[in-house]
Amino acid sequence: MRMVPYDKEKIGAGLLIFFVIFTLPFWYNRGRAVAPANPVLPTDYKTCVESTDYMKTSHMQLLNTWRTEVVRYGPRYYTNSQGQRYKMSLTDTCLDCHPKKADFCDRCHNYAAVFPYCWDCHLTEKGTR
Amino acid sequence: MLEKAIFGSKKFYAWMTFLGLLITIGMAAYLYQLYHGLGTTGMSRDVSWGLYIAQLTFLVGVAASAVMLVLPYYLHHYKDFGRIVILGEFLAIPTLIMCMTFVLVDLGKPFRLLNIFRYPTPGSVLFWDVVALNGYLILNLVIGWITLQCERQGTAPPQWIRPLIYVSIPWAVSIHTVTAFLYAGLPGRGYWLTAIMAPRFLSSAFAAGPSLLIILALFVRRFTNFDPGARAIQTLAKIVTYAIIINIFFFFLEVFTVFYSQIPSHMLHFQYLFFGLHGHATYVPFMWASLLMGLAAVVVLLYQNVHPNEKVLVVGCVLVFAATWIDKGLGMMNGGFVPSPLEHVTEYVPTVPEILIAVGIYAIGLTTLTALYKIAISVKEELRA
Amino acid sequence: MEGSRRDFLKLAGLSALGLGAAPVLASASKAAAQTFGDDAKALKGTHWAMVVDVSKCQDDCQDCIAACHEGHNVPTLPPEKKRNEIKWIWHEEFENAFPEQPIAYLPEKLKGKPFEVLCNHCDNPPCVRVCPTKATFKREEDGIVLMDFHRCIGCRFCMAACPYGSRSFNWFDPRLYLAKTNSAFPTRAKGVVEKCNFCSEQLAIGNLPLCVRACKNEALVFGDLNDPNSAVRKILRERATIRRKPELGTGPNVFYVI
Repeated sequence: MRMVPYDKEKIGAGLLIFFVIFTLPFWYNRGRAVAPANPVLPTDYKTCVESTDYMKTSHMQLLNTWRTEVVRYGPRYYTNSQGQRYKMSLTDTCLDCHPKKADFCDRCHNYAAVFPYCWDCHLTEKGTR
Repeated sequence: MLEKAIFGSKKFYAWMTFLGLLITIGMAAYLYQLYHGLGTTGMSRDVSWGLYIAQLTFLVGVAASAVMLVLPYYLHHYKDFGRIVILGEFLAIPTLIMCMTFVLVDLGKPFRLLNIFRYPTPGSVLFWDVVALNGYLILNLVIGWITLQCERQGTAPPQWIRPLIYVSIPWAVSIHTVTAFLYAGLPGRGYWLTAIMAPRFLSSAFAAGPSLLIILALFVRRFTNFDPGARAIQTLAKIVTYAIIINIFFFFLEVFTVFYSQIPSHMLHFQYLFFGLHGHATYVPFMWASLLMGLAAVVVLLYQNVHPNEKVLVVGCVLVFAATWIDKGLGMMNGGFVPSPLEHVTEYVPTVPEILIAVGIYAIGLTTLTALYKIAISVKEELRA
Repeated sequence: MEGSRRDFLKLAGLSALGLGAAPVLASASKAAAQTFGDDAKALKGTHWAMVVDVSKCQDDCQDCIAACHEGHNVPTLPPEKKRNEIKWIWHEEFENAFPEQPIAYLPEKLKGKPFEVLCNHCDNPPCVRVCPTKATFKREEDGIVLMDFHRCIGCRFCMAACPYGSRSFNWFDPRLYLAKTNSAFPTRAKGVVEKCNFCSEQLAIGNLPLCVRACKNEALVFGDLNDPNSAVRKILRERATIRRKPELGTGPNVFYVI
């Protein structure tokens, strides 16, 4: 491999600046620990629409399925694997048990830097009529 | 070859910096539009497409005009076009980029753009428009770059480029046919619901595109060592002349059908554009200017054909470009949407942020055009030396 | 040198493509057996339609419009933004609702009356034909032409295609112009198109559409065209009706008694 002549100083300086900027997230936050997400769980209810493990990993898939069913096909009720029947509604069902978005949804979402746009349309306060 | 687009004279840097400034202003205006919504434009519930889609419509025609060089040269071996073909292909690329950017800035939810591919809908003309425009962009990129690269290296282009070139010919026709179909199949829009929409698109494209090419070719010859060829330019002039005559003829065909049949709903759109409706007459001077410029262009170009004179030719080309731009860039949208299906008149005037964004996108196109032309011409100059 | 650099780039490109494609190919986890069902009270119909009898409308009455717009969180834009207004149902003069069929001498009972216009939920809707993502679609089960606000990209092709001007676009964030909201129904966000949905959410829980219920004079009648005993079929048997722009082949399902 034939080496092409290049400006060592400029390239070196450029590479150094690049690495500094590239590794910024690591050394800028050194020594700081972020508290783990602690969503406020409801006291009156013990079970969710599906199991906690499932909801932790796949609540978005469930909501997407609900959305497709309600918006595109029409059915409004969901019967889960335990035979329990729920109305497929973010505001009416989910927020029934988890009424404060800031205490529940936002806790994990902020920790994971996830910003779903559900709330652009779906209302977070029930009974505002 | 890319390095040729980065290094250049002081004038080159000044030009690119100026364009960069326009692009930055356009981007700032776009962020403003993203934040507040498309209400920052002049569009309305009644006139729901405006400057952006009008530019898409016009530029799609300009992009397709590359076929006016490709067809004679590759299919009919018209040797005179040998040096100018690359200029056509390299005009199509930035034009298509501008087309697609105009669509992007017009979307209410641009981050959902990929839904078009996630949920393909072959029954929707818009789906095919996206396919056709992207396909033609890729075709021109591949064909233009490879042929130029091979010319530079002094080798013949690879065999597989031939079928691509042949495909690009009907594909060019398809891109503005499908764009015309966006309009021509809508039952509620009398101004657009005409079978002659696609032929009119073709004729105005083959007038506007080559006339821009002529201006660019003359510009290139004046400021660089590359001469696309006087005969090539005169042949293009003939194409523009025929195209603009046919385009004006088609316009009069439309006027006859609408006004001889005396169907009120169809006449209203022409009345709004050329005479004003219910006291609204914003576009009347522009439409008449377009018609008169088109007619003047015919006279100028016919004269030029008999007494070749490149200065006169430039005048003719500018007239053609301006006339077709007003017709497609302003007339299409306003004529189609006004009056509304309930025969209300809501006028559309673009706002300042809207215009800044449009100017920014034109600057993106010019930047790409400058870069590609610089590459092509540097290669050609290199070969001559 | 040239060859090996090109090969490296080709390999890198293919690898990136492969890595990017991996999560797409992995199957998504599904919950255990799920079933979906309707509310027991839901109104069932296969071809919903509406009949409007404007002779029963009172002048200056906006009850149907108010009920619809409040129930669906339709924003009210200020006068200087009138051109960006959003409306699902509104009044028009006869000449504007039926520009293609001017009646030179309107009968007294129709003169000066407000004609309610709304989405016609056509049998052959051009808006559905043109939508590139099927964000607007005609539901097979009941014929309602619906909007999927999650999928709409805001291209407004449907607005150009609708021959009735039934569709509105959210040019701004609608929440800026909502004095109060009904939490039983979502708002929309800026950048999507919206229109009358024949109150599919009301039908699903056993209620007639909001506009129909709000009218004190029963000027609006709603029902299933495929049910010969429905309210709409009864009126259509007894009274002559016209529809908007029927010559376009759209098959509108809103009938106007004349």
